[in-house]
Amino acid sequence: MDSTVVNEHIDHAVEDHAHEHHGNFITNYIFSTDHKIIAKQYLITGIFWAIIGGGMSMIFRLQLGFPEATMEWLRPLLGDWITSTGKLDPEFYLALVTMHGTIMVFFVLTAGLSGTFSNYLIPLQIGARDMASGFMNMLSYWFFFVSSVVMFISIFIETGPASGGWVIYPPLSALPQAISGSGLGMTLWLVSIALFIVSTLLGGINYITTIINLRTKGMSFTKLPLTIWSFFFTATIGLLSFPVLLGAALLLIFDRSFGTSFYLSEIYIAGEALPNMGGSPILFQHLFWFLGHPEVYIVIMPAFGITSEIISTNSRKPIFGYKAMIISLLGITVLSFVVWAHHMFVSGMNPFLGSIFMLLTLIIAIPSAVKVFNYLTTLWKGNIIFTPAMLFSIGLVSFFISGGLTGLFVGNSAVDIQLHDTYFIVAHFHLVMGSAAFFGMIAGVYHWFPKMFGRMMDNKLGYIHFWLSFVGIYMVFFPMHYIGIAGFPRRYYSFTNFDAFSTFVDLNAFVSIAALITFAAQFIFLFNFFYSIYRGKKAPENPWNSNTLEWTTPRNPGHGNWPGEIPTVYRWPYDYSKPGAKEDFIPQNIPFSKTPESNLPHEVKEIEKEKAVEKA
Amino acid sequence: MASTAIAEQSDKNIWEGGVSPFKASYGKLMMWFFLLSDAFTFSGLLITYGLLRYSHHAYDGKVADFVNSHEYWPIPEKVFDAVPFLHGMSIPLMFVGIMTFILILSSVTMVLAVEAGHRMDRKGVMKWMLWTIVGGFAFLGCQAWEWAHFIHGSEHGLTLANGVKIFGANLSVNEYGPQLFADLFFFITGFHGTHVLSGVVLNVIVFYQASVGTFEKRGHYEMIEKVGLYWHFVDLVWVFVFTFFYLI
Repeated sequence: MDSTVVNEHIDHAVEDHAHEHHGNFITNYIFSTDHKIIAKQYLITGIFWAIIGGGMSMIFRLQLGFPEATMEWLRPLLGDWITSTGKLDPEFYLALVTMHGTIMVFFVLTAGLSGTFSNYLIPLQIGARDMASGFMNMLSYWFFFVSSVVMFISIFIETGPASGGWVIYPPLSALPQAISGSGLGMTLWLVSIALFIVSTLLGGINYITTIINLRTKGMSFTKLPLTIWSFFFTATIGLLSFPVLLGAALLLIFDRSFGTSFYLSEIYIAGEALPNMGGSPILFQHLFWFLGHPEVYIVIMPAFGITSEIISTNSRKPIFGYKAMIISLLGITVLSFVVWAHHMFVSGMNPFLGSIFMLLTLIIAIPSAVKVFNYLTTLWKGNIIFTPAMLFSIGLVSFFISGGLTGLFVGNSAVDIQLHDTYFIVAHFHLVMGSAAFFGMIAGVYHWFPKMFGRMMDNKLGYIHFWLSFVGIYMVFFPMHYIGIAGFPRRYYSFTNFDAFSTFVDLNAFVSIAALITFAAQFIFLFNFFYSIYRGKKAPENPWNSNTLEWTTPRNPGHGNWPGEIPTVYRWPYDYSKPGAKEDFIPQNIPFSKTPESNLPHEVKEIEKEKAVEKA
Repeated sequence: MASTAIAEQSDKNIWEGGVSPFKASYGKLMMWFFLLSDAFTFSGLLITYGLLRYSHHAYDGKVADFVNSHEYWPIPEKVFDAVPFLHGMSIPLMFVGIMTFILILSSVTMVLAVEAGHRMDRKGVMKWMLWTIVGGFAFLGCQAWEWAHFIHGSEHGLTLANGVKIFGANLSVNEYGPQLFADLFFFITGFHGTHVLSGVVLNVIVFYQASVGTFEKRGHYEMIEKVGLYWHFVDLVWVFVFTFFYLI
């Protein structure tokens, strides 16, 4: 009785979506509940933020590379943030690095990556008409939008945006009198992030529920594409870690505005003793990194999923170790919650505790290495097709290896004493999660652009974009390892004040020039992207000869995704180059009974089950 | 025999797609995942409580000799020993015990409302939802009194080293012990109270919907179940908050 009621309820919901909707411009493109439109909204907003976040890094790279140069020409843009001597204001420099980190981590690589591809691919690849709750999905985007607006406003206020680093450690962030950015800018930062957390939760709950409840007939968990597995784990991590940041942020808001002392104790500021007693700034670090560390996996795991899909498709080979890929994602998910204190080795914590966190941290190398080896073995002897998406996916693997290796250094609590908060760390995480996740995102755009907009992006421009970005990123971050090992600290406005570091002037200038070239190369992508939306070559339904369900939809899938019935799934998504098969790919919706020439012995038995699956 | 075989067969198929494996609608699943997430928020806050509590000195004298001081964390039963209309009497934890009892009782009435919903008994749902709402308001009222008493303070107050007498507590003054004791009390019970308040609002909405027959038209009372999940969660969290603040 109970179950029939529920099933009717679900069927009803599905039918609701099935008939065509004809809304006006506002309901179709702005307050849309269609997952494909919401995904594009996330993508465009992410691109907008990426330009701002990247542009900020250009300004501070100029300062670091050419400390003697005048910045007077930036006055029309930055106004009083350029001092009367034509230099960048030191406090604004701090604001720039803070906002660069915040924007890139949260708005570009969380919302722009997860928001875009989870929304776009989950219903299409599991065979659903839409997300479980289209309305909540829409809310999720608009919470993100309001959060973006608040953060954007904070850039333009007179006291400047938050400038205590993206990790906003108190007491710097808790005391408005500490630095000008800790005033209104910090308040807006906290408001924006609180809204962002609400958006993430609304989105994440929706993703998980959709994957569990709305898979099409035959789509068991073991037939899910790895993209969906990665989105599933990513949403789970977000669901469990973001609420802790919410708690931490609320406590910080109380410290800032209502006189509590959760994070404050015995502080003198400008010669005056504050009344706060008994709090602990280390407590904030624990709470923050309980989110902060899982957050880097929220950033990288969707990129892993996208890469698995693209590398398998374009190697024309089944992904190597499908189950190992899932288990390693699960391993990373679980471990991501028990390693946070490796960000705090030098915060004065017990060295014994440090060695426990070191052990747990280094264990993450195992699932990470499993993933890397599986990518390489998938490529091995494949009929590789170098589409731009494929190049970017291989680029991701490369960055993940080079950045991952330095992770073994910095995860070591003894070595970290030297390397903590130096440019070595900057180099490490920009390669392993920054650039790698960014490449995953770009790869995803190149790969799914034909389905998103019904047109193809230009391949030649894609190749130029790839090589400039790939070489550029290594030129930016590789020299940073040397600067870091030499002990040069991150977030410093000027290093020429220290004799010890004056030998790094040329290296820093080199990094800055490389960064400018890399940033400029992204405009090739932007041109390609926007031009192709309107003028690109019309895409076929399945341009990459791929197996997953989204390629069985029409060229421009409408509301409800499939005009007729949703296809039934019979096989896993990686039947590429199957011996005996007529073509080198067999989509998931082709039953085994139609492919007697290529069925393996154990798959013959599957034919009997097909009838039962169709009936279900 | 035959029936077991069929049962096994359908068990195997629940993960094969096309059906919802937990036999739960998306709304109910979403509520479960939201609660899981909210549980982490509360865990974070209670761990914060634990960490700050143990970075302060504990009182190590005899319980009978306990006096308030900023030097050590207070003994909860010496702080929360007042009951309305029984002025001047020390009845440790009696009032908060009543509060807790009311909240747990409101969970029982919520279960009865859900059960009435399964029977499609509109009158029953309305009756038990009304009792749940009454319970929710009673709890919030008790908490308001508890807060008011805590803020107002005792008659004798606490004399500081510099001779200043302070009474009661707020976010920057505390006569009962270290400042953080009051900060955490207000923050965590306040955060929980906000949850209770939103629970009561949800209860009022579904009570209204039940009484105008929305669920009867819809054919099921699942909304009561979803709101019920939230309400039970809020109760469960209170058990932990109660344990942390009043018992240890």
